[in-house]
Amino acid sequence: MRDKSVLICSLMLVVCCVLFMTLEARGNWDFVLWFRGCKLAALLLVGASVSTATLLFQTISRNHILTPSIMGFDALFALILTLAVFTIGAAGYNHLPPEVVFFVNLVLLVGAALLLFGTLLGQHRADLMRMVLTGIIFGVLFRSLTSFVVRMIDPSEFATIQVSSYARFNYIELNLLWLSAVLTTATLLLCWRMRRQLDVLGLGYEMATNLGEPVARRQKQALVLVAVLVAVSTALVGPVAFLGLLVVSIARLIAPNETHAMLIPLSALIAGIVLVGGQTILERVLGMSTPLAVVIDFVGGFVFLALLLRRGWT
Amino acid sequence: MRRHSAVILLAAGTLVLAAISLFVGVISLRPSEVFQDSKAFGLMLDSRLPRTLATVIAGAALAVCGMIMQMLVRNRFVEPITAGTGQGAALGILIVVLLFPGASILVKMSIATATALFSSIGFLLIVRRLPPAQPLLVPLVAMIYGGIIGAGVTFVAYQWDMLQYIDTWLNGDFSGVMRGRYELLWIAALMTALTYVIADQFAIAGLGREASINLGLNYDQVMILGLLAISVVAALTVITVGAIPFVGLIVPNIISRRFGDNLRATLPLTALCGASLVLVSDIIGRVIRAPYEIPVGTVLGVLGALVFLWLLYARPRNAG
Repeated sequence: MRDKSVLICSLMLVVCCVLFMTLEARGNWDFVLWFRGCKLAALLLVGASVSTATLLFQTISRNHILTPSIMGFDALFALILTLAVFTIGAAGYNHLPPEVVFFVNLVLLVGAALLLFGTLLGQHRADLMRMVLTGIIFGVLFRSLTSFVVRMIDPSEFATIQVSSYARFNYIELNLLWLSAVLTTATLLLCWRMRRQLDVLGLGYEMATNLGEPVARRQKQALVLVAVLVAVSTALVGPVAFLGLLVVSIARLIAPNETHAMLIPLSALIAGIVLVGGQTILERVLGMSTPLAVVIDFVGGFVFLALLLRRGWT
Repeated sequence: MRRHSAVILLAAGTLVLAAISLFVGVISLRPSEVFQDSKAFGLMLDSRLPRTLATVIAGAALAVCGMIMQMLVRNRFVEPITAGTGQGAALGILIVVLLFPGASILVKMSIATATALFSSIGFLLIVRRLPPAQPLLVPLVAMIYGGIIGAGVTFVAYQWDMLQYIDTWLNGDFSGVMRGRYELLWIAALMTALTYVIADQFAIAGLGREASINLGLNYDQVMILGLLAISVVAALTVITVGAIPFVGLIVPNIISRRFGDNLRATLPLTALCGASLVLVSDIIGRVIRAPYEIPVGTVLGVLGALVFLWLLYARPRNAG
């Protein structure tokens, strides 16, 4: 049973990838394979980052409905980027190598996330709903501040940040691809090594403490990993609100058990299927009639409400 | 006694802010010029006065609607604009523009009101199924629900290249208000005034279904009336100036914290407070980057989020 669901998902992902790479490919194969290969790699990276980040966040906040993006993580990333352009100007910003910009953003995001959400999570047995609401309002605040600062920026400089405010799967920042690949792989390995501790954390704060887990420290570690993964996926394609929720919920539905050793690979595979398969259908069948992010948000929102109304809030 | 002085204070504040709003703008205008210079008088009549009136009406109407919606849903953390009503109105306008491009403004308004009403009823049905012990779950669901309808609007708009259009409906902004372009808002003002007539019934409905039926209230009828008022105001605001977030959320909270839930007494306060808040935001948006403008929705997004966080943490736990 365990191998079956993972196996089926892996097969489906392979089929999606092959279709994505070969369907309607005309002309120079070298170019087609390189061009689509980069896109495919980015989609897979984003899928794995978003699904794992969501899973980790749900474990440390002990709740199956939250995602980092509902809590405003990617809005925070966009705000940091916008403030950077605002303070040093687009010329200075574009002059910097993208890797440096990315790393500075990353450090700032990790710091801010620890500060904001670390304190929120630190309140033991605190009102969870209040934390959720605070996160959502932070999201609104970050988005409003971003658009506020955007209004203060020259229109010509605005083009520099525009890419970070919308999810886009058709144009991907290739200069960051290698860096993201290395970072994501390293982070995912760390998450994988934490899988058993995460299982324990999922039992509840008291139980985990009784079993000898340093809960607060583990939460902070997981939060750093989440921040890195969110930064990578936001830098590559921009914010995708409900993707994580959608794929992790599906993974929980079909997974035979609730261990992280099962859920991490399974949800990453499903995220890959959704992204690559969805992008293939949109590009080849529907002729790019709709942005993928809109469809994902729409379907993901429904999944959220359906889950909530059927199972209730736990 | 305290309430009367608050009414006087807020009314005076609104008047002062409205006066400031009349004389802030790209073309400098001194009060003494208005009645001597015919050009200045024209400017006042065509642009400044309509804009100020629209700001006052929209602010007051949205705040009152927020208060009524909070009574009907029995939750302090919801407001119509983000809970699907505003997005429903935008969807309605989009449908009219696409299917009947030549339709009159009245048809546009009715269809937008109808879709807004539909989506508010949908929200209410979902809220009824939520566990009553979790008051903070309602605003979470509200935002997701609004997000789904918003994604639907974006989807439809993307198919017909209308993204820029919907942007003007989803982001409130008073810069386009001129004589002849805002008069529909007077219907919203009328609607708001009418809610005052049955304010007592909304206050009773806020006690819950069983309690209000015991007290002899036609609960379902009051529910429908309230939703209708909310939908009309939301639809008209979205059509004329675009969605303005947070007014309907924070103003009722502040007012009911200080003055309680006797709507007949507090609705005027709510209206005045809403008008001043939107006036302040609009003036800030016009001054901070003159001669350009920052939309009132953005200013309110920042101000409102901060105030909301304060409300969330200043309020004792479990007080919903």
